[in-house]
Amino acid sequence: MAGNDGEAGMTLVVKTVTRLTVGLIFLYGVYIVLNGHLSPGGGFAGGVIIALSFMNLFLAFGGKRAFEIIKKDAVTALESVGAVLFLGIALLGFADGGFFNNFLPQGRLFSLISGGAIPLSNIAICIKVGAGLFGVFLALVSFRGSEREGK
Amino acid sequence: MMNAWLPYVLCILLFSVGVYAVLGKKNLIRIILGIVIAEYAVNLFLILLCWKKGGEAPILQPGAVEQVMVDPLPQALVLTSIVIGLATTAFLVAIAMRLHERYGTYDITRIRELRG
Amino acid sequence: MIELYILMALMIVGALAAVEMRNLLSAVIAVGVVGLGLSIIFLLLKAPDIALTQLVVEIVAVIILIRATLTLKDSGEWLGSRPLGSLLGALFAALTVWVGIVAFKSLPAFGEPLMLVSRRYLENSATDTGAANIVAAIILDYRAYDTLGEATVLFTAVVGVLTVMRRKGVKEHGGK
Repeated sequence: MAGNDGEAGMTLVVKTVTRLTVGLIFLYGVYIVLNGHLSPGGGFAGGVIIALSFMNLFLAFGGKRAFEIIKKDAVTALESVGAVLFLGIALLGFADGGFFNNFLPQGRLFSLISGGAIPLSNIAICIKVGAGLFGVFLALVSFRGSEREGK
Repeated sequence: MMNAWLPYVLCILLFSVGVYAVLGKKNLIRIILGIVIAEYAVNLFLILLCWKKGGEAPILQPGAVEQVMVDPLPQALVLTSIVIGLATTAFLVAIAMRLHERYGTYDITRIRELRG
Repeated sequence: MIELYILMALMIVGALAAVEMRNLLSAVIAVGVVGLGLSIIFLLLKAPDIALTQLVVEIVAVIILIRATLTLKDSGEWLGSRPLGSLLGALFAALTVWVGIVAFKSLPAFGEPLMLVSRRYLENSATDTGAANIVAAIILDYRAYDTLGEATVLFTAVVGVLTVMRRKGVKEHGGK
């Protein structure tokens, strides 16, 4: 049925475990994004992990409570912000002579601040992918069908 | 000698399972599953092409010199392709759910008339 | 590389189960098995970036597909195959395998890639970009246009989903 996708949330066990672990999942996503230029990961994987932590909250605590905090318009706006950030980093490359040129100094290899604009691009990609997929998830899960029965 | 192409053959067998599901099944969700399987097979094929015997992951390690590495270029392309695949799958599911709401079924032989 | 062949055989079995299983929810879970096997194969083939991405993307894909199977009470029905389409599908699948096997003769053998372009990336990425992860250096520096195209496709897909799943416009149309 259309109404069984967790309007009131799941059981107490699921809620408690979610409350304990969701912060760790979010933190892991942030770590993956910020270390994307040194170790496996990057903006794509980290963005999906951050989106998954929000999906976990949404599924465990039910749609009604989550929608009080998260608005769908805010999520789609955040996705556009990510796209604009990525394009802005690309345009800032003109400071170095061309579109997508690496305009920042490279820094020392293997240190956290290195790679020029790559960490910034990772953050932009992370915002874009995470917000986009979470927006898709919200649209699909909260779909109840348009009320056409009384036509 | 046969060993050199066996992974590719297994990969295309996986792809053909997806093709069979797309062409032969009636249920719309099952067709989407077939598309997803075919997409996995293509990603796997690209990664199989870039594996090098004795190679390491393409990440520089501090202190190591002359590392033999696998080909990083297909990995970079597949990384974007996976996320695009998820987005298109979500789009297909959205269209399928809308069709289900209109027609009350996932049966593609009964989704015939163009209305609405 | 015997574990690679075992995992690929497992994936083919999982894919066949996903196609032929009667219960739609079980079919979706079988596709999840295929995706997780794919993630382990990526790890075996020294592609940790993609293994991580595939793992998390698979979870989201299974969530979305399960949402589609739960949409209404009769959606789990087994609808079977089209007899003609099934025959045609088997034919095309066999044709795909045959063309593939013919085409593989011209490919480099497994384990010996050509690496004409990427040799340069491997040698120069540390001095060009300063990033230790060469895959990140490629997707965000050497080939950032590709990532920009990916971002465009993702944006289009999100806009498409939000448009298809909208509630307001359809209601007005239906009430007319």
